[in-house]
Amino acid sequence: MAVVPVVAGAADRAKPGPAGAGRPGRRSRRSRAGSPMRPAMSVTATALLALGSVYTLLPVLWVLIASTKSSASLFTTSTAVPGGSLVANVKQLNGYRSGLFWRWMANTALYAGGGALLGTLVCGLAGFALAKYRFRGKQLFFNVMLGGVMVPAVVLAIPTYLMLAKLNLAGGYLSVLLPSAAAGLPYGTYLGRIFAASSVPDEILESGRIEGAGEWRLMLRIAMPMMAPGLASMFLFQFVGIWNNFLLPYIMLGDDRKFPLTVGLYSLLNQGTYQPAVYNLVITGALLSVLPLIVLFLTLQRYWRSGIVTGAVK
Amino acid sequence: MPTSRSRRYRSLGTRAVPYAAIAPAAVLFAAFFATPIGFAIYMSLRGVHVKGLGLDPHARVEKWVGTRNYSQALGDSELWHGVLRTLAYGAFLLPVMLGLALLFALLLDSARARLTRFARLAIFLPYAVPVVIASLLWGFLYLPTVSPFQPLFHFLGVPMPDVLSNSTILFSVANVGIWGGTGYNMIVIYTSLTALPADVYEAAKLDGCSEIALAVRVKIPMVAPALVLTGLFSIIATLQVFSEPTTLMPITKTISSTWTPLMKIYNDAFGRNDLYEAAAEAVVVAVMMLVLSFSLLRVVNKRAFGDN
Repeated sequence: MAVVPVVAGAADRAKPGPAGAGRPGRRSRRSRAGSPMRPAMSVTATALLALGSVYTLLPVLWVLIASTKSSASLFTTSTAVPGGSLVANVKQLNGYRSGLFWRWMANTALYAGGGALLGTLVCGLAGFALAKYRFRGKQLFFNVMLGGVMVPAVVLAIPTYLMLAKLNLAGGYLSVLLPSAAAGLPYGTYLGRIFAASSVPDEILESGRIEGAGEWRLMLRIAMPMMAPGLASMFLFQFVGIWNNFLLPYIMLGDDRKFPLTVGLYSLLNQGTYQPAVYNLVITGALLSVLPLIVLFLTLQRYWRSGIVTGAVK
Repeated sequence: MPTSRSRRYRSLGTRAVPYAAIAPAAVLFAAFFATPIGFAIYMSLRGVHVKGLGLDPHARVEKWVGTRNYSQALGDSELWHGVLRTLAYGAFLLPVMLGLALLFALLLDSARARLTRFARLAIFLPYAVPVVIASLLWGFLYLPTVSPFQPLFHFLGVPMPDVLSNSTILFSVANVGIWGGTGYNMIVIYTSLTALPADVYEAAKLDGCSEIALAVRVKIPMVAPALVLTGLFSIIATLQVFSEPTTLMPITKTISSTWTPLMKIYNDAFGRNDLYEAAAEAVVVAVMMLVLSFSLLRVVNKRAFGDN
């Protein structure tokens, strides 16, 4: 699901105000927690939240337990009781076509990491130019980019494949990397403009100019570092977007040594239709591929939220 | 914005700076947005003409066919079945997902709930799980042979319902989307809730507003615009559903290879190798989605903001 543009949408309810507008309001409202509470209400509310958490955590817990079982005991033992085959499963996955799984993981890191890095740099530069310069065609450029949000992926993925196939470029790393970097453009440019406008004061640029610094130096050495926190959250959104994109690499790639994890696991599951013996591989693979992202997600929480706050509040 | 004086003295090189800065974005956009769209439209008007028996390798020639692909696409019942199925899928998924997201956001924002830090993380967590892997996990939970629900139903003495049957599959696929999308929308709504000015709450409190009345009368109307737009973008995403049913296909025969419009387009392009027909279908689906989202936006805008 293309979730990222949701934030762009939320932005339109924009209320002008300082970046931290949410904070003071929140704090003063939290003090209301001191007022007398009705326990019955609190139980219902808490129980509903707990139910929601159970629902969202259930598949994750299941994969944790299922990955400890051998393919034989997967179908025979109780689902709630962990087995002792996690290490064996990982070893089996390791051995699958001489470590193909780890290649998929490296490919995912390359596509998502490389694509997001490229996308972030491109959007950061464009966003800065839009926020801090006046030039002919600026509004047109911005509107056209934003219009890209409305273009469904379906109109893009298949023609992009056909186009690259004609140029003999389909099937290579670049055929996934470049369109992936481009996919984040509409929203990224929009965010980049907001980040540049809010984090780089005009006075700093002016004084830099007076001291004789060139425009490029100002942009790359002064403005970009000031935009770093915003760029970090932009990177995360693009990373998740690319990592999530199944259609593009699925269409573009033929050689399974170039697959990202999602397409690789899908191809493994597809084999499972005929031989459920590989199910434990798919399950262990799913666990190992979700773990890095969950770790990334928990450790970088701050950036996730700052990205959403910027999109939603500004 | 540079002052007018500094701009007046800017050299030609300096004036080129903003253009150079937007150039990479413009190039990427032209290559991977504008050109593919143009190419899809071009392909949709072309077709293959086979001369004679088609045995000669040069017998297949590409030529203009006008709107033939379009009339074929519009008359294709498989495509329309997919469209209707996807609309039904969205009609179930969207209200449930956005309703849950709103409910959880209001609960997180309510002073009377506990566990909020944990719940916020737990419910947002599926955002970190790629759609394909989410579908794969749920697929296993749906399979009677490995599902953890099987022992539960066994314990209750009732057979586990077949969630992969013709009548239930739509909900099972939608569940994957609900699971993956609720948390993100919850955070978006919650973020707009925390950004509402505190004095509104003080005023409502002075009026003796209960927590539920506060949510219904004050909070929901104030986050309505955010809801409308998250809803709109969710609709666009929902109508493009591809990964969930495709990933569930290997474990159930109930999902055909033309189950959604996108799957149909994929199948026509690569299964049947009719790229021209697929291009026309892609354009048709894209236009339908654009029309639908714009008209929805207009209707909702009128209803939500018309009276103000």
